Amino acid sequence: MNAHRHHGRGRLRRPRTALGALAGLLLAAACVPGTDGSGAAGAGGAAVTATPDPGKAGKVTLTVWDQQTRGGTNAEIERLNKEFEKKYPNVTIKRVARSFNDLKKTLKLALSGDNPPDVVQANQGYADMVAFARAGMLTPLDGYAGLYSWNTRFPQTLLNLNRVAPDGKRFGTGQLYGISQEGEYIGVYYNKKVLRKADLEPPRTWQDLTAALPKLKQAGELPVQFGNLDKYPAIHTFGVLQGQAAGGAEPVRETVFGRGGGFDTDATRTAARTLADWAKKGYFPKGANGKGYDDAAKQFADGKGAFLITGTWQLADLRGPMGDDLGFMPPPPASGKQPVTTGGEGLPWSITSKSDHPQVAAAYLDFLTDAHASKVMTEEGVLPVVPGKAAGKLDPDTPNGQMVAGWEKLNAADGLVPYLDYTTPTFYDTLSADLQGVLSGDLAPGEFAERTQQEYAEFRARQRTDGGDGGDTE
Amino acid sequence: MSALTGREAGARRAAAVPGSRTARYRRRAPGEPRAVGYLYVLPALAVFGVFLLWPLAQTGWLSLLHWDGLTRASWAGLDNYRDLLTDPELRAPFAHAAVLLLFYAALPVAIGLLLTAALTRFRIRGMTFFRTVLFLPQVLAMVVVGVAWRAVLAPDGLLNDTLGALGLDGLARSWLGDDTWALPAVGTIGTWVETGLCLVLFLAGAQRIPRELYEAARIDGAGPVREFLTVTLPGLRAELAVALTLTLVAALRNFDLIYITTSGGPGNATSVPSYEVYRRAFESGEVGSASAMGITLTAVIFALTMVVTRFVEGRSR
Repeated sequence: MNAHRHHGRGRLRRPRTALGALAGLLLAAACVPGTDGSGAAGAGGAAVTATPDPGKAGKVTLTVWDQQTRGGTNAEIERLNKEFEKKYPNVTIKRVARSFNDLKKTLKLALSGDNPPDVVQANQGYADMVAFARAGMLTPLDGYAGLYSWNTRFPQTLLNLNRVAPDGKRFGTGQLYGISQEGEYIGVYYNKKVLRKADLEPPRTWQDLTAALPKLKQAGELPVQFGNLDKYPAIHTFGVLQGQAAGGAEPVRETVFGRGGGFDTDATRTAARTLADWAKKGYFPKGANGKGYDDAAKQFADGKGAFLITGTWQLADLRGPMGDDLGFMPPPPASGKQPVTTGGEGLPWSITSKSDHPQVAAAYLDFLTDAHASKVMTEEGVLPVVPGKAAGKLDPDTPNGQMVAGWEKLNAADGLVPYLDYTTPTFYDTLSADLQGVLSGDLAPGEFAERTQQEYAEFRARQRTDGGDGGDTE
Repeated sequence: MSALTGREAGARRAAAVPGSRTARYRRRAPGEPRAVGYLYVLPALAVFGVFLLWPLAQTGWLSLLHWDGLTRASWAGLDNYRDLLTDPELRAPFAHAAVLLLFYAALPVAIGLLLTAALTRFRIRGMTFFRTVLFLPQVLAMVVVGVAWRAVLAPDGLLNDTLGALGLDGLARSWLGDDTWALPAVGTIGTWVETGLCLVLFLAGAQRIPRELYEAARIDGAGPVREFLTVTLPGLRAELAVALTLTLVAALRNFDLIYITTSGGPGNATSVPSYEVYRRAFESGEVGSASAMGITLTAVIFALTMVVTRFVEGRSR
């Protein structure tokens, strides 16, 4: 406030001092946030020795926060919840379904409250799962993993995505904090009709795919449909290109987990150069940075574009309008190589550390991920982490069948690279903003590699010097 | 602010009652309630304190910490504020907000004044209809506005199609995806939204101006410009202050439009303070930094509204 203007006006001065005192009091009453938390990642796994029987747990209400709001995933979860309640009539499931974004934003507050939900879906990576585990808000599941043989049910590569080190500083190793139901990966959707018009076959190798792009362009078709206004889609496209350039999942995966050589590599530079190149040569729509992700998918469904590089989660939506014209595959590998792409599993299901019924919650997690659940998911058009018999019966020529077959091939080849934005808490911001620069040609591939590497190195350095007393992670 | 309007109201009342003098009022007007008056405002004050002052104080406190929102916080002192001054990535949003001030406040007020000048001179049929149409953007939720404009400004959207149809293909571009054009494009949406508000305010104000003043001006031989400067503009002083305050605040707290249209992109070309606050607090777990930015933004808004009240409204009488 403009002090001198009001000076000497006693009438006004009094309430102002009163307010000042009030504000001071409030400041003094505020304590250091986080002091009531239980500190770093919770100590041991759950001390259970025999498989718990939820039927004997008495009347239990299990509050579950999930993000399964899309068509197939919602149907699948509703069915499984109903079946679980039927199997254990003493258990009531109180479901709170929110979109991924809404869940991500509200979970932090819910978990730090006194009465958090029992089961939550928390995203992998430093910003969510690692932060929660470090603050001691999630229950380590290693004990249950042994009891329910989750360790053998899931491939280790995927289980590792849900692990956090005991010091709460890194993920990909350490205690298990969640298990996932669905698998997902970035693949290549293609429009058979558009390819036919340009006299092309669906590509079998990466060379086929890159050779098809100029031919499609010449035939007057849009080679790759793409919209990056929402900033994240380029992370997926870049991930696919980087995987191809690196020739395998291992080096990039190790980097994401904080053990690898970093981002300033030939693979990163090559991938960034390819991305910029495709934009410059008109393989992407003009001005892709100004076009929405959903708009791009819709236009692809309308026949604009031969390829669309995005996740398995789009399959159900594209299948409807495109029917038999739609094809799907993991990014085709270079000849003689194994397939590699960005992917992993859906959001892991975790048990909160303040849950009153961890054993019932564990039984629920087991129920959501067992063979029967896989069958239900397959029926609803969702890709299960571990495809079961029902998945094997799918027609291999349908997009659904192609999706499941691709998933099995990728897992057999150990070809999955985690989402690159897991790398540091702020990597999503850096990566998405810088990739827009690469696409528009404002950021040179070499500069992009240096910038990502710089953020990576700074975060690693902070991780090393950071004390073990749960200090800040900013 | 309230103090100022209070004084004005008092001064006006004092002028209306014959014989009373402002000097006496300054001590305490006769019949003015004393301490008991605060009792009446106490409920409102309590609500104000709980829902406004308490969170504000808490934000101020958080801005002095390094905190990820979950684990134990550590003391930062003024580090977060120092970063705001030194880190170009944190300074940029304020620069963008300054550009948006032009689009959200300066342009709408200028256009509003121009149209008001024209409309007060010429009678137009169906005025209510036009007024409603121009005011409509104010009624729409910003999310709706954002989604609609996103479609208009898309690379293959309405704007580029129109340019193409006019043979101006060279001008077509990816408006929201272009480093240079994204910020002006978002700003234009703001201009579209705020112009209606300004125009309606000014038109209402212009109706209050006595016709005799215009007649007198015309008799004195004033042209349209002279008439506008000597009659309309001074008459609209109060409305101008309201319009400027509202549009300035709208420009600075602009969040929804950025969230819907560009998410701060391309790169960080359209990041603004309020969006940055949200992103840091809820996405990247930098609560201290977000709070410092929020407090700074509050201070900037406060300072600007003070300037407006002082220079546009304050010396009017």
